[in-house]
Amino acid sequence: MAQSTDLDLVSVVKRFGAHAAVNDVSFSVAPGEFFSILGPSGCGKTTLMRMIAGFENPTSGDIRIRDKSMIGVPANKRPVNMVFQSLALFPMMSVGENVAYGLTCRGVSRAEAEERANRMLERVGLKGFGERHVTALSGGQRQRVAIARCLVLEPTLVLLDEPLGALDLKLREHMKIELKQLQATFNTTFAYITHDQSEALVMSDRIAVMNQGGFEQVGSPRELYHHPATPFVASFVGETNRWQGDVAAASNGAISVRLPSGAVIQGRDHGQSQVVGKTALAFVRPEAIALAQETSALSGLPNRFEGRVSAVLFDGANSSLLIDTVGFDEPVRAVLPQAGQLAGIQVGEAIHMGWSADAVKVFSA
Amino acid sequence: MSAKPDTRLTLFLLLAPAVLWLGLLIVLPHVEILILSFSERVAPRVYVFGFGNYLEFFTEPLYWRTFARTAIMSILVTVLTLVLAFPIALYIARVAQGRLRAMLLLLCLLPFWVSELVRTLGWMMLLRETGVISYVLQATGLTGQRIEFLYNDGAVILGLVYGGLLFMIVPLANALESLEPAVVEAGFDLGGSRWTVLRRIVVPHAMPGIVAGSIIVFMLTVGNFATPVLLGGKNGLWFTEQIYAQFITRFNWPQGAAFGMLLLLLSSAIVWAGLRLTGQSLGTTLKQA
Amino acid sequence: MLTKRAGLKLATAFAALMIAGTAQAAEKLRLLTWADYAPKEVVDQFTKETGIEVEITLSNNEEMISKLRATQGAGFDLVQPSQDRIAGPQTEFGIYKPLDLSKIKSDQFIASMLESTKRNTTIDGKVYGVPHIWGTDGLIVNTKAAPNVADYNDLCDPALAGKTSFRSKRPALIAFAFANGMDPFASYGDAKAYAAMMDKVGAKLAECKKNVKFFWDGKDQLLNALRSGEVVAAMAWDTGGWKLNSENADIKFVAPRSGALGWVDTFAIPAKGRNDEAAYKWINFNMRPEIAAKVAASAGNFTASNGADKLMQGTLKDQFAESFPKAAIDNIKWYPAVPAGIEEIEGKVLDRLKAGS
Repeated sequence: MAQSTDLDLVSVVKRFGAHAAVNDVSFSVAPGEFFSILGPSGCGKTTLMRMIAGFENPTSGDIRIRDKSMIGVPANKRPVNMVFQSLALFPMMSVGENVAYGLTCRGVSRAEAEERANRMLERVGLKGFGERHVTALSGGQRQRVAIARCLVLEPTLVLLDEPLGALDLKLREHMKIELKQLQATFNTTFAYITHDQSEALVMSDRIAVMNQGGFEQVGSPRELYHHPATPFVASFVGETNRWQGDVAAASNGAISVRLPSGAVIQGRDHGQSQVVGKTALAFVRPEAIALAQETSALSGLPNRFEGRVSAVLFDGANSSLLIDTVGFDEPVRAVLPQAGQLAGIQVGEAIHMGWSADAVKVFSA
Repeated sequence: MSAKPDTRLTLFLLLAPAVLWLGLLIVLPHVEILILSFSERVAPRVYVFGFGNYLEFFTEPLYWRTFARTAIMSILVTVLTLVLAFPIALYIARVAQGRLRAMLLLLCLLPFWVSELVRTLGWMMLLRETGVISYVLQATGLTGQRIEFLYNDGAVILGLVYGGLLFMIVPLANALESLEPAVVEAGFDLGGSRWTVLRRIVVPHAMPGIVAGSIIVFMLTVGNFATPVLLGGKNGLWFTEQIYAQFITRFNWPQGAAFGMLLLLLSSAIVWAGLRLTGQSLGTTLKQA
Repeated sequence: MLTKRAGLKLATAFAALMIAGTAQAAEKLRLLTWADYAPKEVVDQFTKETGIEVEITLSNNEEMISKLRATQGAGFDLVQPSQDRIAGPQTEFGIYKPLDLSKIKSDQFIASMLESTKRNTTIDGKVYGVPHIWGTDGLIVNTKAAPNVADYNDLCDPALAGKTSFRSKRPALIAFAFANGMDPFASYGDAKAYAAMMDKVGAKLAECKKNVKFFWDGKDQLLNALRSGEVVAAMAWDTGGWKLNSENADIKFVAPRSGALGWVDTFAIPAKGRNDEAAYKWINFNMRPEIAAKVAASAGNFTASNGADKLMQGTLKDQFAESFPKAAIDNIKWYPAVPAGIEEIEGKVLDRLKAGS
């Protein structure tokens, strides 16, 4: 930890009555990092963010920005600015006034504030919008104003509270990229909270997965995806098949799980020692499942099953199949490659599938 | 062919009460008053058309001074009411929740369950020389002798502010309620002090409510009769008293009518000036009220 | 839609209702009067004797005239303005109808008072009013707190600063005119001279205004202030003074040196009164000595009924005797009829008095 950090949370706890909304959370964010907090609604991520912004006080623990404790520092004195979920642009002000607001609060002269605001608007691609009314902007433009309003103050840290939530899908996809680019250009530290794993995966340098007030795992998007540390992370980040069964055998890292139907899945233990007979959860990503019309094509794989296509979920490159498989309560989900023989497969056709033992992550339940 | 007259009839029937109300209760009396205001008495039961009654207002300093006094005091009352009502409305709209909020609004409404006269008499009992406040001050030894709080402009302003408070709080609370909490938080987050947030965000947002409340309170105050008469002193003449005097004690209806029209005209002018000054339009303001 | 026949039936029913309505109203006397002039006991007895119900509306001189003017004399069957306020408004607005004196039992009235009232309310040879209750305007004085108050001008004594009161109405103008050596009644006919006189009186009152706690408006407001000692001397009606005297012997009604102002409230019939018969019945009933004595006791004043004084209670008589020695009675200034236009002059003086500071 010799390297300097922009934000440090040390054992932060926030209680509302008996309920701990945030329970002993610690993490650090490095300068220039795009850090996301990913979690389902009600997991405490908003409370966490409001504590960093200064709208709530932690029950215990410390929040430090560039090594200065923020406990007792009001929101308007923190080097942190927030992009609100609703954006919260000031409807009584023009676009330019919105951006210049923070500068004038700091005592910057009106003329200079206006000039700096205009320059900022130019950098976010809103040149000449200064005089417009905020209600006259499109969703994406409003988004940019909200970010410009923060960035013009050159804060240590920008907090973003699900700012893409209100946008339609197409624009959201576009804004993901734009946000990432903005962050790279300005080289400002971003802390981003979201319940949308794809937003987090696409933009973040690091992601903290939050559940029930605590962090499950902190890591790069790849780490989280490929090496989930907990069953929650495994199921929350990315698509996955999830099966519950008993540990049938475990030796030398190899582990087999018997499903209630009697079907057995061969997998690999990831550092957690499993006890035979205990309940376990097995996860397999849809893209790890190989499909074939002949079982012989899958002969190298330890897990092989046969099933019948119950649904074709066509979504271009993300297309997948739901396969009714003997021995599984729910259909198995597998990615359907859009090149090759199987591309034209129909509902009701028989199909063979298989996967390696490495693709199966087993956790004790 | 049969559908059209039918819809027209429905429209007519729907509009009829409003049109009748406007026509019979507002337009007609005002037209009568207007006509009356242009008649001058030349002999018993003989009246001619003329502008004398209006001329009288402008040539006799007594009358326009009374009007100016009434207008200035009404503006003062409006401003005081606004200053008092704002924090109350802010609390009701932004802090109080559920039942407490309903209770507070009810509390503001409570004084209006009794007539204005009774409310004013209540103030008289509190303020008079042998009244409650004077008695308490004496009993606690804060003063050696009885103090008269009644019969001065202060008492009139107090009574009028009290009477106007509700009519300011309701439109203000309405306006403030629609202010998104995140906008206020953003105001702080970007470095604004409480004062900056109030001045640049909360007040501009509440402006339609402020203007609506101010217009209502100003109009109610200018047109008030009982409060200034009962609480006011021997020096304080309210313009409505002047109108009452012309109509009732002087039997000079044309003069009273002219005063009435002038009151309507001049107070409308003040409201118009207020709207211009704050950059509000009557339409948005009425929506708020 | 209504058929023609049904419509006709409906109209008939309406007409029947209207007639029934008026028929019922015929048994009602709508009386516009002063407080305490129609005590319940008297009204009940009248209803019992005649079967006529009495609907009472309370008012004062100005409001009576204004109300009748607004309806051109409709809405009431009998009103009770002061005798000096009949001729002027009648000339100006025509709100009364002449009385049929043959229907009034004139022997029930004190003859001199009946004659003077008739004289004051006669226009073009027609009589518009007969007397009912009379009294005076003078000074109510708390003799312990303000022993030296003997005339209207004493209300302006700096020693009593903030503790005196009078009404900002015409009696104050008349009273202060007399108190300062003028005779306003003599100038009633000369508008110019009267205006000049009133300007002088107005200046005097403006001077006196500093001394006044408030210009009283309602009788109760004044009496409460006198009771509590907030006011120690005021120009007001004798009846109020005697009422307070019964509660507190220190408070007395004093006939001012320059003369108490004598007023007579009358009976007059509005131009569009609907039930003159009932009105005459009420007048004759009220002037019966035993009834008049009851009314006088209720109002705290004296009555124009001949012989009622013998039936009246002792206290009021004693109080009257104390307030009015023989010389003071002779010195009472009885209001002559107010000519049209006089109130205009007075009104402006009073407006200035109230507005100026």
